[in-house]
Amino acid sequence: MINIEIDGKLVETERGSTVMDAAHHAGVYIPHFCYHKKLSIAANCRMCLVEIEKAPKPMPACATPAAEGMKVRTHSEMAVKAQQGVMEFLLINHPLDCPICDQGGECQLQDLAVGYGGGASRYKEEKRIVMHKDIGALVSTEEMSRCIQCTRCVRFGQEIAGVMELGMAFRGEHAEIMSFVNSSVDSELSGNMIDLCPVGALTSKPFRYTARSWELSRRRSVSPHDGLGANLAVQVKDNKVMRVVPIENEGINECWISDKDRFSYEGLNSPERLTKPMLKQDGKWIEVDWQAALEYVANGLRQVAGSAGAEQIAALATPNSTAEELYLLQKLMRGIGSGNVDFRLRQSDFSADGKQAGATWLGMPVAEINTRDRFLIVGSFLRKDHPLLAARIRQAVKKGAQVNIIHSSDDDLLMPLANKAIVAPDALVDALSRVANDIAAKRNEGIAGSLASGERVVVLLGNFAQQHPQAAQLHILAQQIAAAANGKFGFLGEAANSVGAHLAGAVPFGNSKQGMNAAQMLASPRKAYVLLNVEPELDMHDPQRAISVMQAADMVVAMSAYKHRATEYADVLLPIAPFTETSGTFVNTEGSVQSFRGAVKPLGEARPAWKVLRVLGNLLNVSGFDYDSSEAVRDEVLPGTNVSDKLNNHISGVALQATTGSNQGLQRVSDVPIYFADAIVRRASALQKTRDAATPCVAMHSGELNKLGVKSGDTVKVSQGSASVRLTVQANDRMPMQTARVAAGHPATAALGAMFGTIAVERA
Amino acid sequence: MRMIKNFFKTFLLFELLKGMALTGRYFFARKITVQFPEEKTPQGFRFRGLHAQRRYANGEERCIGCKLCEAVCPALAIKIEVAEREDGTRRTTQYDIDLTKCIFCGFCEESCPVDAIVETRVFEYHGEKRGDLYYTKDMLLAIGDKYEAQIAKDRAADAKYR
Repeated sequence: MINIEIDGKLVETERGSTVMDAAHHAGVYIPHFCYHKKLSIAANCRMCLVEIEKAPKPMPACATPAAEGMKVRTHSEMAVKAQQGVMEFLLINHPLDCPICDQGGECQLQDLAVGYGGGASRYKEEKRIVMHKDIGALVSTEEMSRCIQCTRCVRFGQEIAGVMELGMAFRGEHAEIMSFVNSSVDSELSGNMIDLCPVGALTSKPFRYTARSWELSRRRSVSPHDGLGANLAVQVKDNKVMRVVPIENEGINECWISDKDRFSYEGLNSPERLTKPMLKQDGKWIEVDWQAALEYVANGLRQVAGSAGAEQIAALATPNSTAEELYLLQKLMRGIGSGNVDFRLRQSDFSADGKQAGATWLGMPVAEINTRDRFLIVGSFLRKDHPLLAARIRQAVKKGAQVNIIHSSDDDLLMPLANKAIVAPDALVDALSRVANDIAAKRNEGIAGSLASGERVVVLLGNFAQQHPQAAQLHILAQQIAAAANGKFGFLGEAANSVGAHLAGAVPFGNSKQGMNAAQMLASPRKAYVLLNVEPELDMHDPQRAISVMQAADMVVAMSAYKHRATEYADVLLPIAPFTETSGTFVNTEGSVQSFRGAVKPLGEARPAWKVLRVLGNLLNVSGFDYDSSEAVRDEVLPGTNVSDKLNNHISGVALQATTGSNQGLQRVSDVPIYFADAIVRRASALQKTRDAATPCVAMHSGELNKLGVKSGDTVKVSQGSASVRLTVQANDRMPMQTARVAAGHPATAALGAMFGTIAVERA
Repeated sequence: MRMIKNFFKTFLLFELLKGMALTGRYFFARKITVQFPEEKTPQGFRFRGLHAQRRYANGEERCIGCKLCEAVCPALAIKIEVAEREDGTRRTTQYDIDLTKCIFCGFCEESCPVDAIVETRVFEYHGEKRGDLYYTKDMLLAIGDKYEAQIAKDRAADAKYR
């Protein structure tokens, strides 16, 4: 630690830190544009010039290392004159029409120009004009002339997102920010550039010109999408969500959010929203009031339970529902005598049920990812499934960590990999057991060697591994490897409330009333289904089977915020409120319990699902359904907010089976495309225009394409089970042989069967 | 001495005559009463009356939808909704002034960066129902079109003080 003096205040700061850091500790504000605490130092805006004693010229605070005994004056005549001079230069080419600019009111340049700018411009010549470029559906460069070349966006791309999609071309006055010729910015974190831009050069395309910053009220919320639980500020005007920006939480999302979190709000205002309870009568949908709809549901369920037994009723929920909703759903089901409740819709192997010591979680706090030095990531489309966790791992790699991958698709993770084993899905267990054996035998080569050489190892199972037909085997092998390498072991949670759903008991085991899991509910069809937020053709492991089962059921109650395909098979549609319109709790993958309140009133007649379930409980005479608030439900399901004693990835009693790949035919590898993962994001119009939301192709190794005699870009017939669809085929040598990557969760592939297994591809 | 004066004042109606003298003076003086509506008082070029929305000479509306007037309005009388027009500019889709709320402070006019919202010299507008004084964008533009010559003249007169 060293002592320096800033504006007469004595500050203690770390050796090697800059004057800017020290000033921050001292609570002294130094104006700046290009400096950002999470990005590298560029020192190119010069706004942070300060006077340092014995230095002949003003020095940039962001790039000047603090030294013992240094005396810094940030508001001396010399410093202020330098800052005013810089501001005048910055404003030479910057348009002075703040009222037109979308950034007006939340613009750093505008704010600082009030303090350091002149009353009028001395510059009378023509200003520089930069033509806008189309860089995609999310970020608008419409007003690139406003750019002050701070290069925050460029540095963000290189350092955080891992890919340089924007760069500074040309020199001097001609310098401009642009993407590579004719390419868009496709990073799943690109929206953060909008926040980073200190001026109005990069703005949000969907939000552009819809509201001004001072009209919006900020409400705290939590992301309902991936397992991270990013903290959001939902900005509201006239009871409508206008945009979403991050709230800084160093332990979870730092100051970033993924594009999915940022732009999914458009789905909340989608015209597909269900606003009134609806009943199907004589094949026609009619709007009814809540009373009629709920009584219909209660009578229907009572009838099924009376005539065929309560175990003929099954409930499916998405892990994007709140803990309160999931808890009340399972309580309701168990109250009427059925244990058939599950949220693990895309999982196919349930052999570990009841053998786990607790709810599966990340195995450590999210922030600890940055400190790990060896990673083994098994079965994860990391960048698309967990954009911000991937960014954290990228930071760890920068500090020297090694990342090892075992997966069925060699997607570019935008970080250097130490080792990778890219194998067909049925060889995944083999590949992992080879690593386990190598570690046990101390053969220090490949992945085992990398793990053995580390001090802080972590083994992570991704969504693909959790959905794998041999998930329990992968689980126990990963556990062995982590134990042998003396490391941590964790699950990358699939959705916002995967952990919370476990804790809420929305699983068919671990309760006195046991029942069927998601796969069994489809394998032996039930007479009645209650769907909470679920769109079976997109959210389930086997959509083909799910749809046929729903169509055959006597009664399907769909609780959803949207009118979706349920109109084909459901009997009742109950409009429930999405996360911005209800209070609730998500438990993220590290086990943080994060409650939030509704940001706006429910749309139309929609009601929070916990209220709907509470009334259903009353109508069905289930005891213990007299909650007045979602907080009362939360206190029952998550007493206190510390759940750490209920989180445990340990599994015992699962026998390791020696498996060999069947080596027969083509196997399906399916990812859930990032912008199709849940109901809200599917309806976010801007996200649906991005490249990640393009209609899925069949991606196969070019060797496989040659065997079939088709070339990249041809249309092929893809069949699985009884159905087939036509898709474009794409050569992708990052796929292993004998596999075909066909995305799940997309309407174009919803007719196909299970996410894993054999699949036939032939010339169309 | 004073006592004697007061004694005579009490019965000689001195105060009454004093008052009547004032009345008499004004009775014969030149009248300043304005015979409205035949006659009108003079107005300054900064007179703040009925609002108007202006256009440029080519017919393009001036307002850029920056919402500064809405933000500054102390009576919350202005309501604006904006959207992006096909040509990429931000334009108002709704611009309403509730004149029953307006206190004619002139802040809207002062905050406007493009001189789009102005207050004219018109003060004799009226409405028969309460809602009649809720002026929408079309009405405001029509007022602007009607009085543009006078508005432009007033702005020009005020220009050197701004």
